[in-house]
Amino acid sequence: MITTYNLSKKYKENQVLNIASLNIPKGQSFGLVGNNGAGKTTYFSLLLDLIKPTTGHIKNKDVLVHESEDWKPFTSAFIDESFLIGYLTPEEYFYFIGELRHQNKADVDRLVAQFSDFFHGEILNQKKYLRDLSKGNQKKAGIVAALIGNPEVIILDEPFANLDPTTQIRLKDIIKNLAKKQGVTVLISSHDLLHVTDVCERIVVLEKGEIVKDLETNTETLKELENHFSGTEVI
Amino acid sequence: MFNNFLKLEWKSFFRSANFGKSMGIKVLMGFFAVYFMLMFLILGFAMDKLLADFYPELDAFTAFNKLIFFWILGDLMLRFFFQKLPVVSVKPLLILPIKRSAIVNFVLAKSVISVINILPLFAIVPFGLKLISSGSNNASVIFTWMIIIVLLTLINNFINFIIESFSAESELSFLPIIVIASVLYGLNYFNIISFSNGLSNSIIVVANNPVLIFIPVAILIVLYVFNFKILRNKLFLDSSLKTKVARVSTSNLDWTKNFGDIAPFMQLDLKLIWRNKRSKSTLWMLGLGLFYGLLFFSNPDFANQPWLFVFVGIFSTGIFLMNFGQFIPAWDSSYYKLLMSQNIKYEKYLKSKFTLMALSVIILFVLSVPYVYFGWKILLAYFAATIYNVGINTHVIMYGGSFNRKKINLDQKAVFNYQGTGAVQWLIGIPILLLPAIIFGVFYAVFNFEIGCLVLGLMGVMGIVFHQKLMKFIADKYLASKYEMISAFNQEN
Repeated sequence: MITTYNLSKKYKENQVLNIASLNIPKGQSFGLVGNNGAGKTTYFSLLLDLIKPTTGHIKNKDVLVHESEDWKPFTSAFIDESFLIGYLTPEEYFYFIGELRHQNKADVDRLVAQFSDFFHGEILNQKKYLRDLSKGNQKKAGIVAALIGNPEVIILDEPFANLDPTTQIRLKDIIKNLAKKQGVTVLISSHDLLHVTDVCERIVVLEKGEIVKDLETNTETLKELENHFSGTEVI
Repeated sequence: MFNNFLKLEWKSFFRSANFGKSMGIKVLMGFFAVYFMLMFLILGFAMDKLLADFYPELDAFTAFNKLIFFWILGDLMLRFFFQKLPVVSVKPLLILPIKRSAIVNFVLAKSVISVINILPLFAIVPFGLKLISSGSNNASVIFTWMIIIVLLTLINNFINFIIESFSAESELSFLPIIVIASVLYGLNYFNIISFSNGLSNSIIVVANNPVLIFIPVAILIVLYVFNFKILRNKLFLDSSLKTKVARVSTSNLDWTKNFGDIAPFMQLDLKLIWRNKRSKSTLWMLGLGLFYGLLFFSNPDFANQPWLFVFVGIFSTGIFLMNFGQFIPAWDSSYYKLLMSQNIKYEKYLKSKFTLMALSVIILFVLSVPYVYFGWKILLAYFAATIYNVGINTHVIMYGGSFNRKKINLDQKAVFNYQGTGAVQWLIGIPILLLPAIIFGVFYAVFNFEIGCLVLGLMGVMGIVFHQKLMKFIADKYLASKYEMISAFNQEN
C-alpha cells in the first residue's frame, strides 16, 4: 500500500530522516515509535506532502505523493490541533470534511453515531465551537473526522496522548477493528509502548531519523522495546 | 529589564518567517515617515505666513492655538486607524521572575517612541523659533508652549490606547471614535461649547504661567496610570486562557448551494467571517465603504472634480475586497495543513473567495446607485469601478495573497492584540486604488471622462473573460509556494 524509497529529509546540513526502504502492506496496523526528534512527525508530514522530501519518494497506492494529489481521496489524517477549524462546531466540522469526501449529511451522521460512547456526550450537541473544547475533546473530534469517508489509509500522530483512560481503551478497539475487519491501513505514532504494542501488528523504531528496529508484534515485543529504550538491551 | 525586552523584539523581528516582507514594509513606512517629516518641516516654516492668510486679524501665535483643538481631534482619528499598541507576546514571560509592571511599562514606554509622536515637533520647533526671532513673542513663553504641545501629543497618545482598548471589546470598533469626534466637533462648530477657544485660552494662560504646566503633566500621569491599570488587568493568564465560550449561532446557509461545488467553501468562509472578531470587522467596513462617497459628493468642492469619482468608486465598492482579500489565504492559516491534506482543489478554494469578493462589490454597487442623485457621472464612474474591481482587482489581490506568509490568529488569545487596522494594512491600497486611478486619469486628461470609464470597464471585462485562465495561473502560484506557506503558517507570530 505504502512504499517508501530512499527517502530523506535534511534541514540545511541536519538530516532528520533517512529511510532506505519501508513497505507497509494494505490492512496493516503500523506503529512508529521513537524518542523526541526521531523523525516520526517528519515521516507523516512527508506522507501527507506537507513538507518536501530532500531525496527519494513515497508511493501511496502507486501514487507518487509529492507529484500527484490523487492520494488525497483515500487518505485521511489527524496530526495535531491545526487540523481542526476552531470556529466550527464539531458537527459542522464533520459535515465539512464529509462534503470534501463526497459524503452527505446522512452518511456522516451514521458514521459519527457509532462513536457516541467514544465522545462521552461531550462533543455532539454541545453548542460549542471546537476552539472552546478541551484539548482531549478536540483530539477526539479530530480522530473521528479522520474516519469519515471510508479512507483506505489513516494516519494518526500520537493519538493516545491527552486522552482519558476510557477513551484510550475505546480508541484501541476502533483502530484494531479498522485494520482487521475493514482492511484499512492504519499508521500511528506513539510514545506509549504499551498501547502501541497492543494495537499494532508491526512496530518500527526510529532513532535520529533511521530505522533501527522493525518488529512483528508478539508477546515478547513490549519487553524488547522497553529494553531498547532503557538502554539495557542484551544482544 | 528593558534591555532584555528589546533584545527579544529584535530577535522576533529578524527571525520571523515573513522577515523579508516585514523588512520591505518597514522600509516603505520609513519612506513615508521621512516624507511626512519633510512636510511638517515645511509646514513649520511656512506656518506664520499661512496663518496670516487665514486669520489676518490675529497674531500667528493666537491663531495657531485656536486650531489646536482641530489638530487634536484629527490626530486622535489618525492615531485610531494607524497607531496600534506595540504587540508583545507576554505568555512566556508571565511565569518568569519579571514584574508584571515592568512588562506594562515597557509596552507603554515603547508606544511613546513612535513617529506619530515625534512628527509635531518638526512643525512646532521651526514655527516657535520663527516666532521668537521675529520678536513677536517672548522666548520663555514659546518654550513653555512647546513643552505643552509635546505633552498634548503624549496625552493624545494615551487617550488613543484607552479608546482602542474599549472599542476592541465591541464589534463596531471604529464607531465610538467617529461618534466622539463628530460630537465634539459639532458642539464646537455650532458654538454650543467652544472647545477651540477654551483650549486655546488655557494653553495661552499656561504658556504665560509656567507653574501651571503641572496641569497637563497631571493629566498625562492620570492617563498613563489608567492605561497601566487596563493593561495590567489583561496581564493575567486566566484572562487570556479563559475559555470564553461563545454561544453558537448556527444558520442555514443552503442558498450557497446555488454556487455549485464551491458551496462547502463558501459556507466555511461565511462562518469564518461571521464567527471571528477580526474577520467580522471587514463586514462593518462595508458600511464605511457605502458612505465614503457622501463625504466627497456632498462637498461642492469635490463634486466638480470628476477624476475623483473613479477613485471613490474603486474604494467604496472594493472596501470589502481590500480588507478581506489581502489576508487570503492567511484567514485559513490556523488549519492550513488540514486543507492541504484534504481532497480539495486549490482553484475551488480560491473560487469561493473570488465569488465572495465579487458579490460584495456588486452589492455595494447596487446600494450605491442612489448616488446618481449627485449626477449621472458618478453612477457611470461607480459602474466602471465595479467592473474593474470584479475583473482585475479580485485577481490582483488573490495573486498578492500567494506571497502571504503571516499567520492570523483567529482565536485571538494574544494579549495586547488590538485587532484592527494598522498603517500596514492600508499599503495594499496602493496597487489596488492608485493603478486604476492613474489609468483613468491618463485617459481622462487625453480624451474625456466617458473614455476613461470605458477603458476601465473594458479592462474589467477582459479580466472577467479570462477569469478561468487567471485563476489557473493564480492557483499554480499558490501551489508553487505550498510548502513555504505551510511552514510559515505553522509559526506563531
